[in-house]
Amino acid sequence: MSHFESGSLTGKNLHLAFGHNKVLRGIDIHVEKGTAASVIGPSGSGKSTLLRVMNRLIEPDQGDILLDGRSVLKDNPDELRRRIGMVFQQFNLFPHKSVGENVAFALRKLRKLPKDQAWAEALEQLDKVGLKHKAEVRPATLSGGQQQRVAIARALAMKPEVMFFDEATSALDPELVKGVLALMTELAQEGMTMVVVTHEMGFSRNVSNQVVFMDGGVVVENGSPEQLFTEPKTERLQKFLSDVL
Amino acid sequence: MDTLTRLGETFLDWKAIGEVLPTMFAVGLPNTLIIALSAGLIGTLLGILLALMGISRNPVARWIARIYTDIFRGLPSILILLVISLGFGPLFREATGISTPYPMGIAALALMAAAYIGEIFRSGIQSVDKGQLEASRALGFGYGPSMRMIVVPQGIRRVLPALMNQFIILIKESSLIFTLGLMASEREIFQIGRDQASLSGNLSPYVAAGIFYLVLTIPLTHLVNYIDNRLRTGKEQKHEPDEAAAVIGKGAHA
Repeated sequence: MSHFESGSLTGKNLHLAFGHNKVLRGIDIHVEKGTAASVIGPSGSGKSTLLRVMNRLIEPDQGDILLDGRSVLKDNPDELRRRIGMVFQQFNLFPHKSVGENVAFALRKLRKLPKDQAWAEALEQLDKVGLKHKAEVRPATLSGGQQQRVAIARALAMKPEVMFFDEATSALDPELVKGVLALMTELAQEGMTMVVVTHEMGFSRNVSNQVVFMDGGVVVENGSPEQLFTEPKTERLQKFLSDVL
Repeated sequence: MDTLTRLGETFLDWKAIGEVLPTMFAVGLPNTLIIALSAGLIGTLLGILLALMGISRNPVARWIARIYTDIFRGLPSILILLVISLGFGPLFREATGISTPYPMGIAALALMAAAYIGEIFRSGIQSVDKGQLEASRALGFGYGPSMRMIVVPQGIRRVLPALMNQFIILIKESSLIFTLGLMASEREIFQIGRDQASLSGNLSPYVAAGIFYLVLTIPLTHLVNYIDNRLRTGKEQKHEPDEAAAVIGKGAHA
């Protein structure tokens, strides 16, 4: 039973180049509603860029993006991004605002909630990530793992239909990775549609419903974790797995 | 011994200092503060405008800011002051009927300060991690609101010490306004010292002026250092272990 009003997400034939550097060369990806797809691949394969193109932080040169089956390329990109939550490798919390205000800020300014209601909702979200008691302090006083959980709460507070995770645990000390992954697992199990760019092969294999292997700006293999991890078809994936596992 | 006495009489003639002090308090100090504060205020507003133009996505705005900054930072203060007040003073007088060069002097100091302050703001804003803009945009804020509510406030906070330094410089450079020939009631600290010194042929009034400047600038310098330190280290730097991490979730991990 889903806790979220999540939707499916589709990218069709997405192309992007920075000058002569072709970063995405015709990406097709489809994430079913309520499922988690992990995107794996070597550095520079275009994984993080793919996320930024799909929420239109960067506009694609070509291709289409569909949320719940409907093209969103002509929508206002700011409104599209309110429907897609994003969590970054470096947390990117606002250092000049308290933890609670980090979460409440967009609720007040974008969802136009009155101040106390926004704060109450922020506390509720922080409670879900176990950090309600930190609402008054500045993010810099928290550990990396705590900061990342606040960032997740901040994204969830907007009630997104899809969540993007861009190497959300890569900047964390090893002992802090577990808490963040546990939270992501919980979200996946509660039926959030998720696209997770990750180097955590354990998460990719055990939690996600679908694994997308990218290299050189294309999707090389795409399928169930079972297929990709136990029977990789291409040499490139075989080599990548032998390098990282 | 003779030399020392002569130097003492030249610089530390207490009678001469005592005579000049009342005018310095009543006329010089207020004028110095008015000049420095108003030039600082106007310069800050113009500087913010220049900084926003400097980081604008519009190349024409960037160029205007660049050229303005290069010119006003590249010329000696005294030259700008004279060119603006002597050059534009008559026009200003015709337009407004105000004959004193005082406002023109403030304008010249403000225009110069704006060039420096603009660069201070620009570097502060650009030093904010680009992830801040990205995170704000990812939440659904547009470029303008993201800059206004997230990036610019962080940039400005960072440059407070540099801004205070600029204000200290303005306090000192306000003395240049003496070259414009002001009325007695418009004189600032330096000119009062200078007038008195040329009347009496004794340099002690300059010493008095110097003490006034130091009393203004030294505490400000230390305030800058204090703020700088405070911004660098923060009030509290307590990092906690991830005590809550273990109790969250159902233990699925990689």
